[in-house]
Amino acid sequence: MSEQMQHAGHEQAGQDHAEPGFFLKYCWSTDHKIIAMQYLFTGMLMAVIGGFLAYVFRMQLGFPNHSVPGFGLVTPGRYNAVVTMHGTIMIFWVAMPVLIAAFGNFLIPLMIGCDDMAFPRINRLSYQIFLLSAIVLLVSFAVKGGAFGGAWTAYPPLSSNGAYNLTPLGAVLWLLAVALEFVAFLLGGINFTVTVMNSRAPGMKMFDIPILIWMIVLATVIFMASAGPLIAGAVMLLFDQTLATGFYDPQRGGDPLLWQHLFWFFGHPEVYVVLLPAMGIVAEIIAVFARKKLFGYKSMLYSTWGVGILSFVVWAHHQFVAGIDPRMANVFTVTTLLISIPVAELVFLYIATLYGGSIRLDTPMLWALGFMAEFLIGGVTGIFLGSSGTDIYLHDTYFLVAHFHYTFVPIAIISVFAGITFWFPKMFGRMMNETLGKIHFWGTVIPFNVIFIPLFITGAAGDQRRIYSYAQFAEQSRPALQHLRTTSTIALLVMLAFQLIFIFNFFWSMWNGKRAGDNPWRSTTLEWTVPSPPPHGNFAELPTVYRGPYEYGLPGRADDYWPQNAPN
Amino acid sequence: MSATAKPIANTRSVTGIPTARLITWWVIASEIVIFGGLLTAYIMHRLGHPEWAASAAHTNTWAGAINTFVLLTSSLCAVLAHKAADAQDGPRAARLLRLTALGGVIFLAIKGFEWTTDIREGFVISSGGFWSYYYTLAGLHGLHVLAGAVIMLIVAADAAKNRELQRVECIGLYWHFVDIVWIFLFPLLYIAR
Amino acid sequence: MTNESHVHHPNYVKIWAVLVALLVISVAGSLSSMRAVVLVAAFGVAIVKAYLVAKNFMHVTVEKRWVPYLLVAMIAFVVILFAGVAPDVMRHSGLHWSNDAAKQAVETGMKAATKHE
Repeated sequence: MSEQMQHAGHEQAGQDHAEPGFFLKYCWSTDHKIIAMQYLFTGMLMAVIGGFLAYVFRMQLGFPNHSVPGFGLVTPGRYNAVVTMHGTIMIFWVAMPVLIAAFGNFLIPLMIGCDDMAFPRINRLSYQIFLLSAIVLLVSFAVKGGAFGGAWTAYPPLSSNGAYNLTPLGAVLWLLAVALEFVAFLLGGINFTVTVMNSRAPGMKMFDIPILIWMIVLATVIFMASAGPLIAGAVMLLFDQTLATGFYDPQRGGDPLLWQHLFWFFGHPEVYVVLLPAMGIVAEIIAVFARKKLFGYKSMLYSTWGVGILSFVVWAHHQFVAGIDPRMANVFTVTTLLISIPVAELVFLYIATLYGGSIRLDTPMLWALGFMAEFLIGGVTGIFLGSSGTDIYLHDTYFLVAHFHYTFVPIAIISVFAGITFWFPKMFGRMMNETLGKIHFWGTVIPFNVIFIPLFITGAAGDQRRIYSYAQFAEQSRPALQHLRTTSTIALLVMLAFQLIFIFNFFWSMWNGKRAGDNPWRSTTLEWTVPSPPPHGNFAELPTVYRGPYEYGLPGRADDYWPQNAPN
Repeated sequence: MSATAKPIANTRSVTGIPTARLITWWVIASEIVIFGGLLTAYIMHRLGHPEWAASAAHTNTWAGAINTFVLLTSSLCAVLAHKAADAQDGPRAARLLRLTALGGVIFLAIKGFEWTTDIREGFVISSGGFWSYYYTLAGLHGLHVLAGAVIMLIVAADAAKNRELQRVECIGLYWHFVDIVWIFLFPLLYIAR
Repeated sequence: MTNESHVHHPNYVKIWAVLVALLVISVAGSLSSMRAVVLVAAFGVAIVKAYLVAKNFMHVTVEKRWVPYLLVAMIAFVVILFAGVAPDVMRHSGLHWSNDAAKQAVETGMKAATKHE
């Protein structure tokens, strides 16, 4: 308690201005923590919408041609729109804002020991553009023709011609929303990179930076370097849609393959853009809960660099059946299989960190372990899809859908829950309920496997994705396969129901949770040296860093951890 | 901290490069891939479609050349402004920056004249592959010129009062980058046949 | 933030004069009827001009080493993009495939162009 009193004193010292009003404080703030919360809550809201869309199309697949409660009858056109928007929202409006923008904003200044981002107003602008992009996307549900129905990859000519996708307005709005979102993340990402490069606490050398911060920065750099060609491509697609140009129209000298290349040149690095922060969150958590120094900090870093660079030379493995030259398919198969080496290296390093640690299975640790287990399945099934031979059969089946959900759900859902449960005390000053957290964990992870393991089977049995109803296909409408689809749908309903527990736990704990001290997990990094929640300006006195971030389990010390800012 | 006060994060410089210049380099890096993607697409199509040369022959090489001259000259003004800012001569830097922005305006005016002529002759953005790329590339570049000119006037207003002089160099860097893009667009769109 | 110069300022007007002279060369080259002369005058000169601007106006060479590395890395990514895409988009046929629409577009375009002349 005395510690808190002391910090209350610092807080007073920090407040040399009048308390701003609600709007200025929560909607127009340049404080990185407020902006992080804005991103987090916007992302969570979008996750609810994305989850609802998943519920809609899974109901159609599980119980075909029944009116879906809360939505109505799913017509083929609406099915396309729902599937497209689910993919778009989950990747661009959930994974990106929560993993990179929310955690990055909240943690970067705290973890590197400075008072804010280097450019707070650019940071605010970034969120405002992001919010605008989300609004544009949601508005597209209401325009004539409905939301875009040409799949989240937006291949032309389906996406460039309103007569094909039947959602001419939705297509334009979708493209504008994605473009705005990119602008928001370029602004935010460049700000992150510059802040970490220039504004670190004195004494924090390159290899004293917490691995999560490294991963967020590398992810934003990858994003920045890969998004450019797609921005150019998006402008061209927009002109194809609105100005009758023929960039992607082969009859007029264009080439639809060009879009696929530009899209996946961004789209595949994007996988690593969201993977790296997730890996970083897991790394932080396992070091704390195994009470052990992170095994192979530098190897981890070099592997991450390897992933980052290799991620730029694998993109065409998404296009093995698109008509690319088979010789190029050979090249991309090799690079794709190569990239699994550094990623596997990362997972091995995590396992090595766990080995011999004194592991505490609190909720964040459960999520972190869950991430490793589930992501492993995603990675291993990717081998089949990365090999051009097997991909010809499995391409665009539910096997692929199950594969990338085994990568994206650990990334965008499991690691986010790990991060939220771990940093919740720092964000709101209170602990989340452990029992509810564990119920939520098992209630999410078990149904998650029940959703997607059947889909591996239906995919291998030939279920193509983006099919509204299998009734027309004699082979696929067999009861055996339909049972699997129904199982998957029911598991989804169970999983969604368990999310209510999380939402309850989140908001209940925010006001009624047990008060967290400054450092409830007994962690070494700088964000745990400030009060929870941190005051404006973060540090009463800006810290100096004396050592690396993972000094746990030290035999010679009274505490088993050694904070980065403690001189001795 | 009020909205105008700078956080300590902004004033630190671990890399040895001031924060403002550092972010400018990153912006330029991100612009390289945007223009790079579009140029890559254009070059590939151009090499694959020899018939586009006939369309390219219609572009006004002289207008392009004059525009190159205008941009080169405005770049000179920008770098002289940087020199003046280094000498702590804010008002002179501001005058030179305004001259640079004027160069941008002249560039856009010539561009407007050129496009008007093209469109009068019936060559619009949907007239064929070459024209689509011609308008898109030059349009994207023109947008950068416009944005640069506007920002430059804002920076000049501060510099005239000897405030925020470090920004003079940063906007100059951006302007030189836009200049370099045009240096490559000029032969690609106007000369190559 | 200090405004002390981190660069030595060369004679900028002289560099500008060189750039303008190079511009004249590339325009003069474009009047030539030899394709090779046109292309070298255009693109060779463009690279030299870009280098001069980057070196003297942007001071890339006296900046911290990793800044030019960063810029070159970005260009390298663009080159990778080109290398990966060109076999499919720039060429109109390959191993067991051909892009008939593009070939046709070239053919009709060339016919129209020669007729026009």
